[in-house]
Amino acid sequence: MTFQLTQIDFQTILPSMIMFGMGMVVLLLETLRRSGSTTPLAVVSLLSLAAAGYASAVQLGWGGQGFSGSVIADDFSLAFNLVFVTATALVILISIPYLEKSGLKYGEYYALLLFATGGMMVMGSSLDLLMIFVGLEILSISSYILCGMLRADVRSNESAMKYFLLGAFATGFLLYGMVMIYGATGTIHLRKIGAALAQPEMYSNPYIWFGMGLLIVGFGFKLALAPFHMWTPDVYEGAPTAVTAFLSVGPKAAGFAALIRVMIEGLGRMHNEWDMVFWVLAALTMTLGNVVAIQQNNIKRMLAYSSIAHAGYILAALVVATEEGLGAILFYSLVYVFMNIGVFAILILAATPKNERLTFDDYKGFGYVSPLLGLAMFVFMLSMMGIPLTGGFVGKFQIFKAVVDQGYIWLAIVGVLNSVVSVYYYLRIVVVMYMQPQDSKSINEKPAFSLPLAVAITASLAGVVFLGILPAGWMEFSSHSVSVLVASF
Amino acid sequence: MNILFYLFAVLAVLGASSVLYMRNPVYCTLSLVGAFFSLGVIYVLLNSEFIATVQVLVYAGAIMVLFLFVIMLLNVETEKRFPFRWRPPQVIGAVLAGVIFVQLVGLFANPRSQTGPLADYPADRLAREGTVETIGQLLFTDYVLPFEVISVLLLVAIIGAVVLAKRRVKNEGTEGQ
Amino acid sequence: MIPIDHIMILSAILFAIGVAGVIIRRNAIIVFLSIELMLNAVNLGFIGFATHMHSMVGVLFVFFVLVVAAAEAVVGLAIMLEIFRNKETLNLDEINLLKW
Repeated sequence: MTFQLTQIDFQTILPSMIMFGMGMVVLLLETLRRSGSTTPLAVVSLLSLAAAGYASAVQLGWGGQGFSGSVIADDFSLAFNLVFVTATALVILISIPYLEKSGLKYGEYYALLLFATGGMMVMGSSLDLLMIFVGLEILSISSYILCGMLRADVRSNESAMKYFLLGAFATGFLLYGMVMIYGATGTIHLRKIGAALAQPEMYSNPYIWFGMGLLIVGFGFKLALAPFHMWTPDVYEGAPTAVTAFLSVGPKAAGFAALIRVMIEGLGRMHNEWDMVFWVLAALTMTLGNVVAIQQNNIKRMLAYSSIAHAGYILAALVVATEEGLGAILFYSLVYVFMNIGVFAILILAATPKNERLTFDDYKGFGYVSPLLGLAMFVFMLSMMGIPLTGGFVGKFQIFKAVVDQGYIWLAIVGVLNSVVSVYYYLRIVVVMYMQPQDSKSINEKPAFSLPLAVAITASLAGVVFLGILPAGWMEFSSHSVSVLVASF
Repeated sequence: MNILFYLFAVLAVLGASSVLYMRNPVYCTLSLVGAFFSLGVIYVLLNSEFIATVQVLVYAGAIMVLFLFVIMLLNVETEKRFPFRWRPPQVIGAVLAGVIFVQLVGLFANPRSQTGPLADYPADRLAREGTVETIGQLLFTDYVLPFEVISVLLLVAIIGAVVLAKRRVKNEGTEGQ
Repeated sequence: MIPIDHIMILSAILFAIGVAGVIIRRNAIIVFLSIELMLNAVNLGFIGFATHMHSMVGVLFVFFVLVVAAAEAVVGLAIMLEIFRNKETLNLDEINLLKW
């Protein structure tokens, strides 16, 4: 029996191959490390991220498909690759001091981060459900391990356990949704599913409806949309802080990339049916995230709820599914990477090996102890609230504009009201920093300088301010990159 | 043929339902092994001999035995101290599962539920060319990318097992405490 | 030829038992066993549809689900081993340092 081997078009998945390959190199280097710090491995990881980012950048505008059409290197996936690379690079920068402070001496940490990034890239660039599933699992399983890495800390164990159980449960729903879609259309390729939906009798086929519903539940769990969010605060609070920073930006962006692919390229013709589902989910998610965030006293937990709320804003843009809306998702993902990791970088800088410094009270008078860090925190909070001249404002404005343009006035009203609510808890940290006097329990000495954190904070600050003042470049680029998607449905 | 399907379907459901009521995790695992074995028989009836073999070898054989190892290693007995009670999460769970079940059965029994168009691997072609050969051929042609990429997943799982479960080394930062 | 709806109803029963087990049971290992059962329901669904539609895609998908299930089992059991070493319990009601 003879058969033709498929052409191996590795360049269509070059960035993720770089991630996987370099992850293995980091593992090998780890075996060579006798003792001492893991920082050289972090440097290698940063270089490989730069290589993957460069590989994505040079491929822009290409759009080649490979491996019998199961992956595509179009501008959408490449633009998301750039977001992933930025997120992981910043996370690695903040991990270097974090690992030293927490006594975590595993070089595998960086390898797992690289594998997870590769998984995210696979998710963004795949055109069939099988590849999305495989990429998602690489990302998820790496994240479970990263959550549980602080082995002596029961909270870290607990976080890993909860993330694992809920993640695997979600995988079950996701897969059952894929079964239904496969049963209805006989294919797992997103564009062929899209083509099958062109037949009108598909709409009366209950398989498609159930498949769509189960897929949304599965993605809802993975993206922590209300009412499937209950694992998020616990997992984010218990995980090592640097991993929390990663979880709140990387997997979210990747999940949205995959969700957009499935919903637009696969089920795009059913937009009129799924938009109301996402309308409700978006409104619920942002309201719940913001309302519960108000009551938190632990900053990490507050940021967990805040990340739920931000997922709600991003989801609002998916409801409209126009070029403008999807472009806003890409724009906001990058802004969110900068502002969120910036806050986490400050938290890690202020932490000491004995005390993680995560409650609001720890930050009393912080603005006078360390004026520069206080100012940076202030800017990040402004951006989270969506105050003009920051990236957060431009992103939110774009999202709500797209939402209003398509006539979803009420969703925009809910969103704006939520932004107002969020001012309360974001401003609370500013008030604590500047208006409450220091006491014996709060941070009372200037945090020691750390080069990687300084770079991470400066880069995040620059990103937030730059995207706030000169958003045009990335804005045009994002709406251009999603146009390759919208064109296909 | 059909009578075998219904026989093993009943066995599978009986085995599976143990996760709902059995106290001892070892009994639970063993009865799931039975359920997975029955599913393997059903796969044979559905012309998927290869998957049936893998199901018995990997699922019933490897994964479930791993569970047994861990259960025996940990000596889990906690359920005795925490007898089952109907509390709100349990009620919600039962209702939710019931709703899902009724919905799904309604879906599958619905005459409007149509499966997609027929593809080009009918049973007689598989019988002629062999299921294993066909799967192997597809894995190395159309599905070569997921086949390669899934190896990364296995590597990640190995790293995870080593990092999370290896014996603690003393004097290793906070690890020694 | 076994009717497709009978196969899928069997798959639905297994899936529902799995979901119920995850939500009702409090022992982490049994919860995980229930998740494995859900994945088996998925596999049965894929094989049923694949046979019915004379397609091989579903059969291949099952192959990957199996690999993922194995990988998840390895990592999940390692996590449980770790939590048991620190807390001496696998009861989800007792694993409550963080508000669940």
